[in-house]
Parts: sequence; C-alpha cells; structure tokens
Amino acid sequence: MIQMQDVWKTYPNGVMAINGMTIHIDSGEFVYIVGSSGAGKSSFIKMLYREEKPTRGEIFIDDKKLADYKERHIPYLRRNMGVVFQDFKLLPGLTVFENIAFALEVIEEKKDEIKRRVMQVLDIVRLKNKARFYPHELSGGEQQRVAIARAIVNNPSVLIADEPTGNLDPDTSWEIMHILEEINDRGTTVLMATHNREIVNSMRKRVIAIEGGRIARDEVRGTYNNES
Amino acid sequence: MRGMKLGGRTTMKVRTYGRHFKEGSKNLVRNGWMTFASISAVTVMLLVVGAFLAVIMNINHFADSLEEDVEIRVFIDRDAETSEQDNLEENIDTLSGVDTIDYIPRDEGLEDFIDSLGDEGDYFESLREENPLNDVFVVNAENPEQTDRLAADIEGMDHVENLEYGQDIFEQLFSATDFIRIAGIVLIAGLLFTAIFLIANTIKLTIIARKTEIGIMKLVGATNSFIRWPFFIEGLLLGILGSILPIAALTYGYDQLYHAIGERTGLDFFEFLPPYPMLLQISVLLVVTGAVVGVWGSLMSVRKFLKV
Repeated sequence: MIQMQDVWKTYPNGVMAINGMTIHIDSGEFVYIVGSSGAGKSSFIKMLYREEKPTRGEIFIDDKKLADYKERHIPYLRRNMGVVFQDFKLLPGLTVFENIAFALEVIEEKKDEIKRRVMQVLDIVRLKNKARFYPHELSGGEQQRVAIARAIVNNPSVLIADEPTGNLDPDTSWEIMHILEEINDRGTTVLMATHNREIVNSMRKRVIAIEGGRIARDEVRGTYNNES
Repeated sequence: MRGMKLGGRTTMKVRTYGRHFKEGSKNLVRNGWMTFASISAVTVMLLVVGAFLAVIMNINHFADSLEEDVEIRVFIDRDAETSEQDNLEENIDTLSGVDTIDYIPRDEGLEDFIDSLGDEGDYFESLREENPLNDVFVVNAENPEQTDRLAADIEGMDHVENLEYGQDIFEQLFSATDFIRIAGIVLIAGLLFTAIFLIANTIKLTIIARKTEIGIMKLVGATNSFIRWPFFIEGLLLGILGSILPIAALTYGYDQLYHAIGERTGLDFFEFLPPYPMLLQISVLLVVTGAVVGVWGSLMSVRKFLKV
C-alpha cells in the first residue's frame, strides 16, 4: 500500500516539481502514471524509492512513514521494492544470471537460494535459455526483461517501472507489458510511468495523470487522454 | 510477500567477506598503473620508515650499552709511589657506590694500545722505550647515575692527574639521536601523506569506474557498509603489498651489513643489534603501518564519494 499526504517537492534550485499531492494506492493495484515530460513523474517516482525526500508532506509505504527511515535503513526499504528503468541499467560485464543474482548477493542470500530464485524469475520473464548471455548479446526487449527479473527477484511488494517501454518497439513493448501484468497477477503492486498512449488505452488500468506537479486526473480503468 | 525490515542489522556472513575480497583484488588489477603508483609510494615510505627504525633502534641499543658500563678512567700521577697509589685506591674504595676498581699498569696499557692498532701499531713500538702513559684505575659505578658524582669526588683526590668518563660521548650521541629522530619524522610524515593521497586517488578511480554498479547496488538494497567493503579491502591490499619489498630489502640488507661489520675487528665499542628479533619487530610494524595507510587512504575517498 502506497499513500501520499499533501506531498510537496521543491528542489534547491527552485524548481517546484510536486505541489500538493495526495494519493492512495492499494496493494496489488496496477497503476499508470502519465503526464508530459517535466510534469513531475520522475520526482514522484524518486520519492517513492527515497532517492529524493519530499519538502513537505508524508509518504507511507506498507503503513510505514518514509520519513522515519534513517539513512542507514533505506537499503531495507529498497529491498521491498523493485525498480526498472528505461535504460535497463544492467552491468555489461556480468551475464544475465549474474546480473539478476547481483540483487540477491548484495542482500547476502545463500548460494543455493540465489540459484533457485534466479532460475524462477528467469522463467517468469521467459529467458531461461539466455542465462549465460551477456547484455550486449541480447535485444533491447530481452535486456528489459532481465532488468525486470532483477527487480522482482527479491519478491518485492511494489514494482516501480519508469518508462520501461521507452526504448522499445511496439511488439517488444507488449511483451514487456504482458510480463508486468503477470507479475501484477501474482500480487505485486505495479506502478508504471509511461508516455505510451497505445498501451495505456488498450490495457486498461488505473491512470493517474500528473500535470504541473499535481494530480490532474485519477481514473479506474482510465485512458491516456481525457477525451478518449 | 515479505514484510518490511526496519533496522534488523545482521552481521556479515563469511561468504560475503569472500566476495568483498575478490572484488577488492579485482579492482587492484583493473586500476593497473594507479595500483602500481600507490604500492610504490607505500614501498618508498616504508623503506624510509624501516631504515630509520633500524638506525634508531641501534642507537638506542648503543646508548643502553654505554650506560651499562660507564666507567671512569682515573689517570694516576706519574710521580706517585706505589704506596701512594695504594692509598688512592683505598680512598676510592671508601666512596659509596663504587662497584669495582681495576688497576691497569702503564706497560699493560701500552701493550693493549699497540695491539689494538694491529699492523699500524708497529710505528709505536718505539714508545716502549719511554712509555708516555699513566697507570690507570678503572672505576665502575654500581649505578650509571652515580658516575658523575663519583668522578667529581675522585677528581679532588691526591695523585689524580686526570680522569675520563663517557660524559662527552653521551651528550654528542643524544644530540645526534634527536636530530635523526626529527629529520626522520619530518621525512616520514611527508611520505605518509603522499602515499595516502595516491591510495585515495586509486580508490577514487575505482569508485568512478564503478559508479553505475554502485548505483545499482544501492537500488537493490545494498547497505553502505556492504558497498564500502571492497574499497576498504582494496586499500588494505595496497598497503600490505607495499610493505613486502621494504621488508625483504631491509631483512636482506641489514643481515648483510650485520655480518660484514661483525667480521671486522676494531669496532667492538659499537655493537649492532642482532637481526633477530629486531627485524621481526620492524617487519610487523611495517605491515601494520602499510595496512593503516592503505585503509586510511581508501576510507578518505570512499567517504567523499559514497555519500548517500
């Protein structure tokens, strides 16, 4: 469960990114965050995984106030959420398997357990046969699937995807969407910031539109634009 | 779904240390030249530290040995009769704090002197015809601190022409030691900073090269200490590797010197410290210094760059 209560974010350079946002997202929801560039989507997402702190207001994740997390406890917050980016952020020197295992190694998981869980998520993203490949040997869509696998290998309660299809062609984008939907079906809350009108309009989910740092629209089974 | 863990700091597992060690040593290889430069800086610094330590330890040892047998050489008036010499000896003996009194007749003194010169002693053979030396009492104090007082008392006695004791050598020695100490400390401090600076830079390179990786580690929930460990180990290894060459050079060099000098006669007043255990002590100190410098350098740059 994600909650924001009257959240404001002003950057030190004076940019007012978020101006009074109140939101409630239940566990297991699938939510699109839409809005033009500079509307405040990135700030919204960064505050969720505590890359940025709100200037005012409170954010709760699973009933815990983010502001209560001390600096050194943030890693434990992040272990409970997966993050996927437009540019994948894979380590080029590691194989697919190693890239995913990396997320478990840093939380000091046992070797057997790492192997079991990595193979499990590789199955979900349908890349079992490419475990030994390096990122540069994969297509963009496959790389994004590896990134998703890495994000969910911890069994997080929330998966945050920041324009996951931004660099992908339409067919590949749909592949990614089906995987995200499947993950959502397993009970993980999915938050996806996107510019992809076609996807939002076809795969109907809750839509939160951000404009000028405020919530312009919040619709269950919404669309990319108001009129459609 | 797992619950959120607030706090709950678990202690690091053994296999994690293995991972950090592997990562840390990989970084050393990856940084090639900077690694080489850092290790060289540590090496030079520790060579100076080691040599300096060896000198200081020897001087201290020498000072100790001098202190142990501070003797007063009392030159007896050449006109003194045997009975007067006996009187003098008795008078000295009554002083408190006198340990031993040895009598060295002038003939024996000359003999020793000529012998000590070896071949060159031949030139002085003619002195045997008219011995210029005095008969001497060698007085040893029970306690080195009493030497001064004893010397003053003896000097006032009859038939004492002159006396000699280690005072001058002592003073010279200590002022020389002070100078060496200060010069050494200044030099070492300079080299220490150079080494730390170079190590910090090497680690900085690693951190920059691995920025993405660190970002991803943070994203997937690695703790800061987990991220720091490999850099910490990289610094530690830089320091320890830097201490290998100085230890080898010092061990070999001192051993050679000790044996070369030890075989020569004539320097018996100055005795080198035996290589063992001195070299062992110095080696331990060098490894520890190297490790501390390495860790210090790495922590310096990690702290600056890993602010989260």
